[in-house]
Amino acid sequence: MSDLQELYQSIILDHNRRPKNYGPLDEANRRAEGRNPSCGDEVRVELRVADDRIEDVRFTAAGCAVSRASASIMTQNVKGKSREDVDKLFEQFHALVTGKVKPTEQEARALGELAAFAGVARFPIRVKCASMPWHVLQQALRGDTHATESANTSEPPTI
Amino acid sequence: MTTRNPRRADFPLLAANPGLYYLDSAATSQKPRVVLDAMRDYYERDNANPHRGAYALSARATDRYHEARERVAQFLGVSDADCLVFTRGTTESLNLVATAWGHANVREEDEIVVTALEHHANFVPWQQLAIARGARFVVCPLTSDHRVDLDALRTLVGPRTKVLAFNHVSNALGTVNPVDQIAAIGRAVGALIVCDGAQGAPHIRVGFDTLDVDFYAFSGHKMCGPMGIGGLVGRRPILEAMPPYQFGGDMIEFVRDEESTWASLPHKLEAGTPNVGDAVGLAAACDYLDSVGLDAVLEHERALVRLATDRLRAIDGVCIYGPKPSERSGVVSFSVAGIHPHDLSTVLDQDGVCIRAGQHCAQPLMRRLGVSATARASFYLYNDEADVDALVRGVLRAKEVFAGSELNEDELVPCRGAR
Repeated sequence: MSDLQELYQSIILDHNRRPKNYGPLDEANRRAEGRNPSCGDEVRVELRVADDRIEDVRFTAAGCAVSRASASIMTQNVKGKSREDVDKLFEQFHALVTGKVKPTEQEARALGELAAFAGVARFPIRVKCASMPWHVLQQALRGDTHATESANTSEPPTI
Repeated sequence: MTTRNPRRADFPLLAANPGLYYLDSAATSQKPRVVLDAMRDYYERDNANPHRGAYALSARATDRYHEARERVAQFLGVSDADCLVFTRGTTESLNLVATAWGHANVREEDEIVVTALEHHANFVPWQQLAIARGARFVVCPLTSDHRVDLDALRTLVGPRTKVLAFNHVSNALGTVNPVDQIAAIGRAVGALIVCDGAQGAPHIRVGFDTLDVDFYAFSGHKMCGPMGIGGLVGRRPILEAMPPYQFGGDMIEFVRDEESTWASLPHKLEAGTPNVGDAVGLAAACDYLDSVGLDAVLEHERALVRLATDRLRAIDGVCIYGPKPSERSGVVSFSVAGIHPHDLSTVLDQDGVCIRAGQHCAQPLMRRLGVSATARASFYLYNDEADVDALVRGVLRAKEVFAGSELNEDELVPCRGAR
């Protein structure tokens, strides 16, 4: 598979085309928005949290295929999880997309569709696209309402 | 295989990378060898702090700086070279005017008018000045083909308008503005006329002496010069009446314990050790551009823009923004249905094609186009048909990678008024 095919594999393209858990969430009690000022990507994550567990999550996004698909697959993987669980999962995901860890076959199976983002590691400037929805989710869980992706990466916004 | 543009040989980075298709000159141009050589020569033979030392080497550095100013002034059609102030670039130049002139002259209830075509450097400084002074900030709308709406501008500019700021050429779309017509609307009410030439000076003969504007700002790095230098050209009476922008060495005359007086132009507006090395490089860039001829540069770019526009428009789902090629400089701003510009840029990058994807530091314009981002290919004197071929090939490849995505209704980018 070429680097491009690895990045834009069918799971990612499918989620970009038909994102899951897309749209506003009724009765949300946490929400946050994030944007990447250089490319114009915007992600909004809404949550219903009870007893430190994510009961439901939905998102809306205007952005590239990587960020939309990442948000879509993320929402499928965090329902029922606590803030601590989310932080742990994001740590694994981040290690995957930055190429710090090459997951074993077993670990990849455990990551499920999230493992589709391994191809991002070959495109360092796209790491922030894949991780932005997660940052926004973490902000929402912390109760912050606004996330600017540039604050979370070493890359400054282009003005 | 098309023969590559022989001018690529003048640019070490392009000469060393035959597989590179550099289509982002509106962000920054590549640098010709003569510019790099001139800077190296200055540092190897004449480097010292100018205006300071009473020794021959410092005098040589002073001379090089002075000569560079004369050369750049000549390039821009400024006969009074002391009215050219070196800055870090367009952004600093515009902030200089908004801060130094603006705070001394703009009052509550006054109006500052800009256009919806501006990039942030010619938008935010004026917006912030208006907020600080309690003035009204007015944004002139665009026509359906993304030019400044002159009829609307006539109704928006009035007796309270203190500043009219607009760009010579739009960075996001390449629209060339009719400077004289826009300026005349501001002149009629006595407004200060500020022209952002970041995308103008690299492509179009400025002729400042006969151009009816009060200030013209430009960046060296977009016109084959080094990064970190640009300038502001202004009318002498306005520059002389203006308070300083920054304080420090080189800009003072006498410093008493209680007060200070200022040096004459241009030094009053150039606090601190000047950037001689980059000024020398910029002067060499002017030599280089003159050796080609700006008219030839623009003609060359427009031919490539026409070709790229025709070939891209023939691709299903491609939408091109901005006016027709003859009213543009070397920019083609476009989108492909179902493919986000950022993804398009990644696919193109795999084949060495460098384009800009995003908001082009022009969020107010993107909002008005109704898009969150566009892809922008920008051409300069070293580009050629092979660059257009590579761009078109890349777009077709992206469509293959994203095959089926064009059915994605909610991703369809509105193509309102685009050509």
